[in-house]
Amino acid sequence: MKKLINDPADVVAESLQGIAAAHPELRVDHTNKIVYRADAPVQNKVALISGGGSGHEPLHGGFVGPGMLDAACAGEVFTSPTPDQMLAATQGVDGGLGVLHIVKNYTGDVMNFEMAAELAAAETGVEVVSVVTDDDVAVQDSLYTAGRRGVGVTVLVEKIAGAAADAGRDLAAVADVARKVNAQGRSMGMALTSCTVPAAGRPTFDLPDDEIEIGIGIHGEPGRRRVQAMPARDVARELVEPILADHDFTGSGGVLAFVNGMGGTPLLEQYLMYNEVAKLLDAAGVRVVRSLVGPYITSLEMAGCSVTLLAMDDELLQLWDAPVRTPGMRWGV
Amino acid sequence: MGVGAADLRRWVGAFADTVVANEQLLTSLDSAIGDADHGGNMARGMKAVVAKLDADPPATPAALLKQVGMTLISTVGGASGPLYGTFFLRMAQSVGDADELDTAGVGAALRAGVAGVVARGKAEAGDKTMYDALAPAVDAYDAALGGGELAEALRAAADAAATGRDATTPLQARKGRASYLGERSVGHQDPGATSATFLIETAAATLPAP
Repeated sequence: MKKLINDPADVVAESLQGIAAAHPELRVDHTNKIVYRADAPVQNKVALISGGGSGHEPLHGGFVGPGMLDAACAGEVFTSPTPDQMLAATQGVDGGLGVLHIVKNYTGDVMNFEMAAELAAAETGVEVVSVVTDDDVAVQDSLYTAGRRGVGVTVLVEKIAGAAADAGRDLAAVADVARKVNAQGRSMGMALTSCTVPAAGRPTFDLPDDEIEIGIGIHGEPGRRRVQAMPARDVARELVEPILADHDFTGSGGVLAFVNGMGGTPLLEQYLMYNEVAKLLDAAGVRVVRSLVGPYITSLEMAGCSVTLLAMDDELLQLWDAPVRTPGMRWGV
Repeated sequence: MGVGAADLRRWVGAFADTVVANEQLLTSLDSAIGDADHGGNMARGMKAVVAKLDADPPATPAALLKQVGMTLISTVGGASGPLYGTFFLRMAQSVGDADELDTAGVGAALRAGVAGVVARGKAEAGDKTMYDALAPAVDAYDAALGGGELAEALRAAADAAATGRDATTPLQARKGRASYLGERSVGHQDPGATSATFLIETAAATLPAP
């Protein structure tokens, strides 16, 4: 498998060096693999950190900056970072009002962030509240699994909770709005091809040329089922229908519709998919008030996309539209 | 003759050797139902543990066990780091300031470690996890304790762990990344139960006085 790398063992470290070189407004702790806003800690503002395995860029390091995260911890590819990284980041961003941990619901991520929060309580005076995202409707039997996975909604939580912190809300209120976004958001993804973890060197799963996987996770986890490849309009239906069946999105506040590229799918196709999604939403009586299209939470070079819907209201609309200045998301500044 | 820091150091060294020698096995078990990183993560963590212990050998059982736990937590990542790290940290707490452990003390420490794994991972029996090897191991240890012999109790624990590990094959996973496979996880031996069995087997091979 051809990749633009030097040595599989150095992929994460060298990519972080690239982030530091490209973005002087960020500061990278290469020992602990943490991306900080250069001006962290920002005094008298609730701080937000997140983190997870690498391979989902721009999530999370690309969302560090004013209006979003204060720091992001990078793990190995698809492997959670460790508690000491998260503890260092927590101490490094605290501006006196406490730190929100945004955690995607995967067994390793949850456990490592849990230990970091315990260490923060035991060894520092920093107040930590954690919010876990679990929006993937592809996981149906959440009682007998590790639960729904955290996917597209994580991007929206980081943006909206970041704006709430910027607006001067306290830690409990920032955590509340983060939980609200997670509770009102749902996602579903699909893959046309597998991804290849650099250290493994071969595709994570075998998907024949004429088949696609519906309900895929962002680490190549299996989806609901494998089906014959189909036109985009039918793929859109496979993604939108389970989301609409899981949550009511017909409220008067409308929705934010987010079509996300998985890493290997061109924007040309992502916009084509958005068009199909928008038609289905219109037919279902769902009013779109904001949209987001692009690769924001990826799975290395996997081709495919995910759809995320978030039920909006005036509060969320205002926070979504607030200025943000990060490498991966930037407006209003 | 009790179990001291030097004995625990032997155990941890043997566990590290076994994990490194079986890195491919653990990874191939994990690629069938997980994300193919268990062997690599555990080997990386245990190599770091051995390097730390060599550089700065702890003098007491509690200090050694704590050092092992902290190193695993900071080097392994994923779910295995917190789970194995918590196992050793809880053992350290159970040991307290004792210089040597008697047979009951070893049993109490193992049970505390397993309780830590449950508290961290919230697994139950039959979820197809490392707990399915560890739980029968500590039960067998306590049942054999009547005889008072450390070697006998650890041998019983190791046999029970291996039986528990083998019994994970027909189970459907309900925890961790394997749980997303649903019925497709049936028919595969659990990688975590496999490494946990190495942990108990190496204890049986190294902890009793030679």
